Amino acid sequence: MHMNDSKLRPNLLAQQLQAVPRSGIRDFFEIVSTMQDVISLGIGEPDFDAPWHIREASVFALERGATSYTSNLGLLSLRQDIARYLQDTMGLSYAPDTEILISVGVSEALDLAIRAICNPGDEIMYHEPCYVSYGPLIQFAHGVPVPVPTSMENEFRLTREALEARVTPRTKALLLNYPNNPTGAALGPEEAKDLADFVLAHDLILITDEIYAELTYDQSHVSVAAFPGMHERTIFLHGFSKAWAMTGFRLGYACAPPELTDAMMKIHQYTMLCAPILSQEAAREALRRVDEDVEVMKSEYRKRRNFLLNSFAEIGLPCFMPRGAFYAFPCIEKTGLTAKEFAFGLLEQEKVACVPGTAFGPSGEGFVRCAYATSLDAIKEAIQRMARFIGG
Amino acid sequence: MDELLKILKGNALESAENIGKMLGLSTDEVRTRIAEYEKNGVIRGYQAIVNEDVLKMDRVTAVIEVRVSPEREGGFNRIADRISKFDEVQSVYLMSGDFDLLLFVVGRDLKEVAFFVSEKLATIEGVHGTATHFMLKTYKHHGVFMETPDAYERLKVTP
Repeated sequence: MHMNDSKLRPNLLAQQLQAVPRSGIRDFFEIVSTMQDVISLGIGEPDFDAPWHIREASVFALERGATSYTSNLGLLSLRQDIARYLQDTMGLSYAPDTEILISVGVSEALDLAIRAICNPGDEIMYHEPCYVSYGPLIQFAHGVPVPVPTSMENEFRLTREALEARVTPRTKALLLNYPNNPTGAALGPEEAKDLADFVLAHDLILITDEIYAELTYDQSHVSVAAFPGMHERTIFLHGFSKAWAMTGFRLGYACAPPELTDAMMKIHQYTMLCAPILSQEAAREALRRVDEDVEVMKSEYRKRRNFLLNSFAEIGLPCFMPRGAFYAFPCIEKTGLTAKEFAFGLLEQEKVACVPGTAFGPSGEGFVRCAYATSLDAIKEAIQRMARFIGG
Repeated sequence: MDELLKILKGNALESAENIGKMLGLSTDEVRTRIAEYEKNGVIRGYQAIVNEDVLKMDRVTAVIEVRVSPEREGGFNRIADRISKFDEVQSVYLMSGDFDLLLFVVGRDLKEVAFFVSEKLATIEGVHGTATHFMLKTYKHHGVFMETPDAYERLKVTP
């Protein structure tokens, strides 16, 4: 129901909720969902199904009767596997019994992280364009979102200057997402160190959403959490949705020193109790064969990324070469259309769906997000249609 | 394995132009490299993967285990080559375990395959035992499913 149709007095709703505008792209989603034969580059999930051995392990767990609650923090065996995985792949050390909390997707973990640290009026900085939930979650927690715009000219980098210009005595935390949805930016070691220095210099908390950590293409992943002095002030967020194609399992985790984990736990135990046990069993299986599963998908994404970027160059759309995740963020300014006009026009005329950049914040104006976690055939067809749309 | 070969193994019809875009190579470079692979024998050919079960062909496929005596100096190679030369024989593999060679043999019917086994195969010097199994249905061949399962419907746009 539309808010305007409601007979409920507006002041019966929570104020911080009213401060969050209705999502501007919901209309767009609704149109797409009613159309037939749409080629979608608008999906923020892999086109792969979760690897069969993971699904099979969930079936086996179900047969064995894995239908109960788990510990609030999640299965200890899974937390141990995660601790080992993070140590081996990113050099991060977290104690399985006190520093890891299994959540229902990174979405829940991010909500926990923000609510665990945010007092009314506290400012939380983050780069923009960014994932759609960052601003709203901060507002739900009575905090003040402080987006820091990034630009294609600057490779969507979050520079120290831009951060220093916006930091205030009320700044509580810096929230990062690298590799990035929607731009595909990823951190190199120097950039990561700069960000760590900034967090330390201003005595901030770092919340780092690294859901795309495994999906970097021309460089290895660097976590800001791994720099000296960061462990005690970092909430590290990760999960299984993207690299393992397990979005529907809804399984993520938050890692943080015991005080922060305890704080998140207070919320999690009363709101969620625990993540679904079946998904936790599936995640244990996922961590048993990381290399094969992830490498196969990643090598596909790399080829599709290259194909898409070369094709954008051919049809004359400037685009930052994504270094991670599975999104390309081409600039459509030369068409003279706004991001929304472009996305709606492309959908109506050519039945290709992509997400207007403004869905990811005002600095996404002039861009659209195209996911290349879509079959190569779909990408080929979409490019032809986009070329026709731009040309005509 | 070279990414170029991986792409061709997945789709041998992929154009050199598209492969070039995926790998960051020029179309000519891709063509040259494919020609080299063909010349040096890494690429042995290109075939369509056909679901013969739906073609209602009068054809049977037998999987035959063959026990043979290896020969001094030649091992299993000479006899495997000899067996491979028969047109009926689609595939030949040297195996570990209770038997030595595994063959995939096609014929019009059981009788024809039985004739091949008793008259041609079993009479080769050095072959001293065969076990023939007839294939009833193909579910997956060379990594490709013979029937496409209904895909679970996904959302068309998600953030």
